[in-house]
Amino acid sequence: MSGLDFLTTRLETALGWGRKFSLFHYPFITACCGMEYMSAACAHFDIDRFGAGLTRFSPRQADLLLVVGTVTHKLAPVLRTVYDQMLEPKWVIAFGACAVSGGIYQNYAVVQGIDRIVPVDVYIPGCPPRPEMVLDGLLKLQDKIQHQKQDWRWGTKP
Amino acid sequence: MGNETLIEAIRTKLAAAVESVSESLGDQVLTVRPGSLRSAMAALREGPFDYAVLLDLTCVDYAAGEGRFELVYHLYSMSRNTRLRLKVSVPAADPAVDSLNGLWKNADWLEREVFDMFGVRFDGHPYLRRLLTYEGFEGHPLRKSYPWRLAQPRIPMKDKA
Repeated sequence: MSGLDFLTTRLETALGWGRKFSLFHYPFITACCGMEYMSAACAHFDIDRFGAGLTRFSPRQADLLLVVGTVTHKLAPVLRTVYDQMLEPKWVIAFGACAVSGGIYQNYAVVQGIDRIVPVDVYIPGCPPRPEMVLDGLLKLQDKIQHQKQDWRWGTKP
Repeated sequence: MGNETLIEAIRTKLAAAVESVSESLGDQVLTVRPGSLRSAMAALREGPFDYAVLLDLTCVDYAAGEGRFELVYHLYSMSRNTRLRLKVSVPAADPAVDSLNGLWKNADWLEREVFDMFGVRFDGHPYLRRLLTYEGFEGHPLRKSYPWRLAQPRIPMKDKA
């Protein structure tokens, strides 16, 4: 008899493990940071190593919203709608200085950080952030997902 | 036609419209009276001058004085590979000039952008509506009198401490 005959875990832990390694992301790309997103997502840096390789172009199929680039007041309702269309559980990453704080733009047009519109889980600063930083941010989010209280709706009364 | 003779020909032809001629960064600059802008443009577009391309239209807000807004038109002649800049001062109280729609198709959006950003009216424009900002936006953001950093959100924004 060798190895594992049985395994015990907690439902919370198992759910967190499953969720953090199967992030379907929706890239909301508006600006130059998109180049760094492509770099991070493609083979060279390969975001798929961390289980976040499946890009979905419908918010209804995604559970990680990547807001990449400058969000203007003109675009703000669109971002809010995309966020509202995503199913729970969902997470948001603010990618780059503009999404984090408005970046170099402090004027009539640009939203001063997307956390004024949607709740943000991880902020990745940089103009633009290097792919290593993006991957680091992703690992931080996975850590957060693993340790947060898992929301599972089945079997509970609304 | 050489550059000097060309400018002389323009001065002769548009004597009533041109206020002054100068040179800046290698290009000739004409200052034109607002009332005769459209006729001057129509003349420059045709015939020997052949400025067939309207490269750009911008505006400058000098904040004070009678001629507060200055419109800057950039023309380009493909046959001679030369450029020409025209400037028109418009009054602060009622900033308006004639539209160039009908001469150049791209004047449509260029004029809408200047209207949006500076509030200069283009008489005769078929569809003078905001181009870049959204419906419900008040004021003209590139005017010097527009409050610094004043945003006009379309949805509620959470305030950060």
